[in-house]
Amino acid sequence: MTQAPPVPLHMQRDRFDPVEELTRIRQDEGVRELETAFGARAYLVTRHSDVREVLADATRFSNAGAFQPPEDERSEQQRERDRAGMMLAFDPPEHTRLRRMLTPEFTVRRMRRLEPRIVEIVDEHLDAMERAGRPADLVASFALPIPSLVICELLGVPYADRTEFQARTGRLLDLSITMDERRELGRANQAYMDELVARARSAPGEDMLGMLVREHGDDLSSAELSGIGSLLLIAGHETTSNMLGLGTLALLRHPDQLALVRDDPAAAVPAVEELLRWLSIVHTGVLRTTTTEVEIAGHRIGAGELVLCALPTANRDPEVLADPQRLDVRRGAPGHLAFGHGVHHCLGAPLARMEMRIAFPALLRRFPNLAPAVPYEDIGFRAYHFVYGLHALPVTW
Amino acid sequence: MSGRTTIAADRDVCIGAGMCVLTAPDVFDQDDEGLVVLLTAEPADAAALAAVPLCPSGALRVVTG
Repeated sequence: MTQAPPVPLHMQRDRFDPVEELTRIRQDEGVRELETAFGARAYLVTRHSDVREVLADATRFSNAGAFQPPEDERSEQQRERDRAGMMLAFDPPEHTRLRRMLTPEFTVRRMRRLEPRIVEIVDEHLDAMERAGRPADLVASFALPIPSLVICELLGVPYADRTEFQARTGRLLDLSITMDERRELGRANQAYMDELVARARSAPGEDMLGMLVREHGDDLSSAELSGIGSLLLIAGHETTSNMLGLGTLALLRHPDQLALVRDDPAAAVPAVEELLRWLSIVHTGVLRTTTTEVEIAGHRIGAGELVLCALPTANRDPEVLADPQRLDVRRGAPGHLAFGHGVHHCLGAPLARMEMRIAFPALLRRFPNLAPAVPYEDIGFRAYHFVYGLHALPVTW
Repeated sequence: MSGRTTIAADRDVCIGAGMCVLTAPDVFDQDDEGLVVLLTAEPADAAALAAVPLCPSGALRVVTG
C-alpha cells in the first residue's frame, strides 16, 4: 500500500483551525522556510501586515516567476500555451490587460442583476433536497451544485457536462496526485475548454465567453480565451462550494450564531465576512517570486526566491482583531485577506459574497432543525487540496 | 489642522474589485468598465475613509489640505 504523502506545513489544519505550529511561526519568527507540495523551498509569510505587504506589491513579488515543478518536461511553447489567459500567472501590465476585460462582468451592480436567478437556483436545490428526503449530503446536493450552476450559466459552459469537468478540476487541485496525472488532467481540461471557445467563436452567446469573443475576440487568442474560461470555471466552483460546505458545518458547531444567520435578515452580510476570515479556505494563494532582495519581518530573502502567504494565520492575527480564534458572525471583520489583496484580489469576490449571502440564510430557514447526520469525528476534512473544505457533510433535519 | 479631507481615486490603478462600492455606496460607484467613480467631492466621511485601506489595488488615497 502506498502511503499518503505528508501534508505540507502551510496546509496543515486542525479541523477549522490552522495547526499550532503555524500560529507559533506567526508569534515567533513570522517567516519560515519550508518545503512546498511540489518539493520546492519557499518562505512562508504568516502575519497579517506582512501578507498584505507582499500581496500588494506585484513589483517585488511577481506572479510571473519562472517556478517549474521538478518533473516538468514541457516545451517552452507548451508552457506558454498553458499559461495563456491565466491571470494569476502574469504581472501588470499583462495582467491588467486581461483583468480589465473581465471587470465589467463582476461589478457590484452586475451582481445585483444576477440576484433573482441565484435565489431561484438556491430554492430549486432546497426543493430537490426536501423531495429526496433526509439524510442528505449537503456538499453533493447544495454546496457544490449551486455555485457550479451559477458559474456555468454565467460563463456559458453546458451544465450537463458538470460530472466530467468537476471530476477533473477537483483532482487538479488535489496536491497529492502524480505529475503524470496532473499533466493528463490539464490536457483534457484544455481540450474541453478549447472546444467551448471554438463554439463561442462561431456563435457567441449572451454569456461571458460570448461577450469576450464579441468585445475582445480580435485581441484575445483562442488559447487565452480557453485559459480565462478554465480559470473562471475552476475558481467559480472550488471556492464558494467549499465555503458553503465548511461554513454550514461551522454554523452547526455554533448554534447561537446559526440562529442569528437564520432569523435576522441583516446578519448574513457580516456573517459571510466572518466565515470568510475564520475559515480562510484558500491556504496560501499562488507562489510569488521575489524580483529583488527583500526584508519581511526582519528576514532577508534574496532575489528569485519563492514566497507563500499563509491566509489562515494572517486572518487570525491578534494584531488585527481581538480574540481572533473565536468565530463571531456579528463582527463582520472588514479587511480580511480571504480573497487575497493587491491586483490579484479575487475577481469573483462580489459573486461569491452574493451567493453566500443568499444561500446560508435560505438553507437555514428551509431546514430550521438542520443537524449533522454523523458524529463530528466522522466528518472528512480535505487535507491535500489547494482549497480547504469537506469531502461530504451528511445532514438531517 | 486646517482644510478638508477628501478621497482621490486613481482609475489607472483600479482593478474593479468593488470593495469601495460595498463599503461606502454613497461615495463610490463603478462605471460600465467596472472602474471606480467618485460620486461626491464632499469631505470624506467615516465610511469613505474606511474604504481606503480596504481597496485591494491601492487605488484610493486620502487627501488633506
